[in-house]
Amino acid sequence: MAMLRHTPAEITVDRTALTINPAKTCQPVGAMYAALGIHGCMPHSHGSQGCCAYHRSALTRHYKEPVTAATSSFTEGSSVFGGQANLLTAIQNIFSVYEPEVVAVHTTCLSETIGDDMTQIVEKARTEGKVPAGKHVIYCNTPSYVGSHVTGYSNMVQGMVKNLAKSTGTKNGKVNVIPGFCEPSDMAEIKRLAKLMGADVTMFPDTSGVMDAPLTGKYEMFPKGGATVEEIMSSGDAVGTIALGQWAAAAPAKYLDAEFKVPCEIMGLPFGIEDTDAYIMALSKMSGKAVPASIDFERGQVVDVLSDYSQYFYGKRVALAGDPDQIIGLTKFLVELDMIPAYIVSGTPGNKLEKAIREITKDVPGEVKFKCPGDMFLLHQWIKQEPVDLLIGNSYMKYIARDEDIPLIRHGFPIVDRFGHSMFPTVGYKGALRLMEKILDALLTRRDRDASETEFELVY
Amino acid sequence: MRKIAIYGKGGIGKSTTTQNTVAGLATLGKKVMVVGCDPKADSTRLLLGGLQQKTVLDTLREEGEDVELEDILKPGFKGTMCTESGGPEPGVGCAGRGIITSINLLEQLGAYTDDKKLDYVFYDVLGDVVCGGFAMPIREGKAQEIYIVVSGEMMAMYAANNICKGIVKFAEAGGVRLGGLICNSRKVDRELDLITALADRLGTQMIHFVPRENQVQRAELNRKTVIDFSPEHPQANEYLALASKIQDNQKFVIPTPLPIEELESLLVEFGIAN
Repeated sequence: MAMLRHTPAEITVDRTALTINPAKTCQPVGAMYAALGIHGCMPHSHGSQGCCAYHRSALTRHYKEPVTAATSSFTEGSSVFGGQANLLTAIQNIFSVYEPEVVAVHTTCLSETIGDDMTQIVEKARTEGKVPAGKHVIYCNTPSYVGSHVTGYSNMVQGMVKNLAKSTGTKNGKVNVIPGFCEPSDMAEIKRLAKLMGADVTMFPDTSGVMDAPLTGKYEMFPKGGATVEEIMSSGDAVGTIALGQWAAAAPAKYLDAEFKVPCEIMGLPFGIEDTDAYIMALSKMSGKAVPASIDFERGQVVDVLSDYSQYFYGKRVALAGDPDQIIGLTKFLVELDMIPAYIVSGTPGNKLEKAIREITKDVPGEVKFKCPGDMFLLHQWIKQEPVDLLIGNSYMKYIARDEDIPLIRHGFPIVDRFGHSMFPTVGYKGALRLMEKILDALLTRRDRDASETEFELVY
Repeated sequence: MRKIAIYGKGGIGKSTTTQNTVAGLATLGKKVMVVGCDPKADSTRLLLGGLQQKTVLDTLREEGEDVELEDILKPGFKGTMCTESGGPEPGVGCAGRGIITSINLLEQLGAYTDDKKLDYVFYDVLGDVVCGGFAMPIREGKAQEIYIVVSGEMMAMYAANNICKGIVKFAEAGGVRLGGLICNSRKVDRELDLITALADRLGTQMIHFVPRENQVQRAELNRKTVIDFSPEHPQANEYLALASKIQDNQKFVIPTPLPIEELESLLVEFGIAN
């Protein structure tokens, strides 16, 4: 706290080797989360046990659900001689003790650096009969010194299609939907919209029903939710793939296209009107179903609220920090609301993000400051130079919120000090309504608090 | 106790030169320990009369951290103490980490303590310093002296120059110094002049010129150093001479590595590149 109060407004040095309050976390967190979106899956961290413990707790703190995952528990010896022996034993033990359908292995910095060959080790496990008949091992490489949790998520979803997807040569008429890194509530909403549409979709990963599971009094290591192995296998027979997120979902969709000739449409996570429209239209096109009145109704509600309350949104300045797919969608939505996304940072590297943001904000009045990879320290400095009306970002933004006395809407990963994100979506038309409610509430509550007695009104 | 690390291009004859020199020092009555830092674990074969049966890392892997010094430290020619770090087979794991682990373990086990009454410890390190692990012997004030084995062949000189770049970095932080170049002759034209000039440019000395001699191979076939196999052979005297020069060496420097162009012009000057 005290430290943030000393954040200087003036940017005196161009920081190239120092990140302060990063807007990202490490690859295996995303890989582990994606793996939990497969029904009956045991994520496995190939490295030292501290990595696994951290990734599990990072996920548990955000979702408030138990996260079961195994580890290769590297010793000094495994670091020197390679982790093959540990992983082979682990695979055998996990299948015999916990009986999952799938073990999803991701690497860590250590196993990456010593160069463990996952393809060879997993193949050895298969040929040595350590993978029981009808069960599966999938894997991906997730060095944390490359990319972020978003990269790890994408790599694990890529691992799903690479290891499981097959083509029988006959199309099954289904549409694959690959959501980017988003909440279980968002995944449920993406599925619900498809259902309203009457489209037959296979969504993977699907953490709804896993990371938002009910408390029943009985512990289930593998909750009911998640995409089944059979569903993921059949993704090679789909009529098309909709990838929701350029960063987190495009790579596996492109793989299915290249490998099995399943055409893909890559779009943003469906935040706000335009991007939800795009998702609905793609669904309609691929499934051949017309958009039903129930979806038009939901969309109309969003337009209604927008026109009823536009004067409160108009011209309000927002500072955003988060993951690329979220940042793109939210920025677009803020522009739809006539708000000003004044400052934007993302910790996940990638040149395309700036281009996308510049395109979205080209008609926004004034300068839109953007940095990728950027951190929250920089965001705070910009805010000190010229304040904003609203902050949107994860729980770590609360320090800036308090220091600058600016309302914060928690969004993204991780949210460790509030509830709601895993239960209520921010994607789709319903999600747009919820975001608008949150934004309005934050802005008007602040106005009620700050208005002088003469300015204070029942309705502004 | 003087701690010495031997570096040089792969295949240049580091292990052979080290063991023959150590045999020389042992003949001079010195108590020497050799630490092989090569995953192949063949740095002490000539002193032991055969390959070390159990390396530090094999033992660590099989017996966990309850390793006894006696298990990994074997007496060889004239009371020299021999140990091999060992490491993974080619293509897996991390040999560099292996060196770090094994040197730390040797320290923990007290392999270098005063009661061992060692005069010298020699670290014989795998060819190229490919990662941080292979620099372990010269980190944190472990070895204080380095000798680079080199020949008049271009790539060997490149490697020597590169190793000097590494030494500069560690010299500034840890106090390690270059004691000289050992020329292990490949009968290249004007080799003596070339290496003398290279040593001069690097700010060091060519401490000894070891002539090429088939007797070394004969001794190796018999799993022995030349001094052990044929003490009367002139080549035995060469290694004894090298041992005494190391014993009496006073010239320890931070080397001045050459820019590549300068190294190449040196080769042109001495006719080798023509």
